[in-house]
Amino acid sequence: MVDQSKVGLTDEPSTMPIERGKIREFARACKTSNPAYVEDRTPVSPPTFLTNVNFWSGGGQSPMQRLDIDLRRLLHGGQEYVFHGPPPRAGTELTFQTRVDKIYEKEGRRGGTMTFIETVTEFKDPAGTLVAEARSTAIVTGQAPTGGGA
Amino acid sequence: MTVTWDELQEGAKAARREYGPLTRTDFVRYQGASGDFNPIHHDEEFAKSAGFPSVFSVGMLQAGILGCYCTEWLGAENVRRFAVQFREQVWPGDHLVCEATVRRRYEEDGERRVDLELLVTREESGGAAIKGEATFVVP
Repeated sequence: MVDQSKVGLTDEPSTMPIERGKIREFARACKTSNPAYVEDRTPVSPPTFLTNVNFWSGGGQSPMQRLDIDLRRLLHGGQEYVFHGPPPRAGTELTFQTRVDKIYEKEGRRGGTMTFIETVTEFKDPAGTLVAEARSTAIVTGQAPTGGGA
Repeated sequence: MTVTWDELQEGAKAARREYGPLTRTDFVRYQGASGDFNPIHHDEEFAKSAGFPSVFSVGMLQAGILGCYCTEWLGAENVRRFAVQFREQVWPGDHLVCEATVRRRYEEDGERRVDLELLVTREESGGAAIKGEATFVVP
């Protein structure tokens, strides 16, 4: 099981440019042809686009990666994005930082004891204003589950 | 966006929409777009070694489909919160149905807002793949 002492673990801030081509690629992968994403020259990003921090967190050092979890036991339980205004627009650059917010256990019906790990990522614009927050709930299962999480 | 504040009464629904069948190519395309390369979503041998019958979809793919479904209804610039819980896993060949319902209509900080209840259903099982919530401003 994952060590409780990891709560509060925080990575170094990284920078993520919001890019038009990446928004178009992401929108297409999400099966939309909404012109606000694929035709606008400075589109806003789709609601879940900030998941793309995967590309920008520095060299395998995100808090989740430092927890050293077996991918065969890892499920995604939930995800939330909050925007303090319109979603970030292409051409802007955001600084983000992730911390481990909570770790707790539950007994699963099919997967044995499940460990829940909630991380929070804050996104700030160049002026330092908080523009978006992401909360991710990861589940580490005791055995291969057959439902609940993806 | 063409829907009006008057139309967005509590209980108002977006037109339901079906997606699929989802393919392994859809999963791979999403993984490339998102930067999440967990092999459990594209490597059949890896998925089987973990006890699964095959690869399965990235939860964030169906979340992304749902998010873009919502913004087609209420506007890409207007989303202020989007939250999902993953329920049933989604498998190659599945058809998904997205639905959104206005649960609360209110004004806050000088803005008109609606809170939505969101659902993605797997046609194959009738079960929920995602239960979610969202908040949009209505200009």
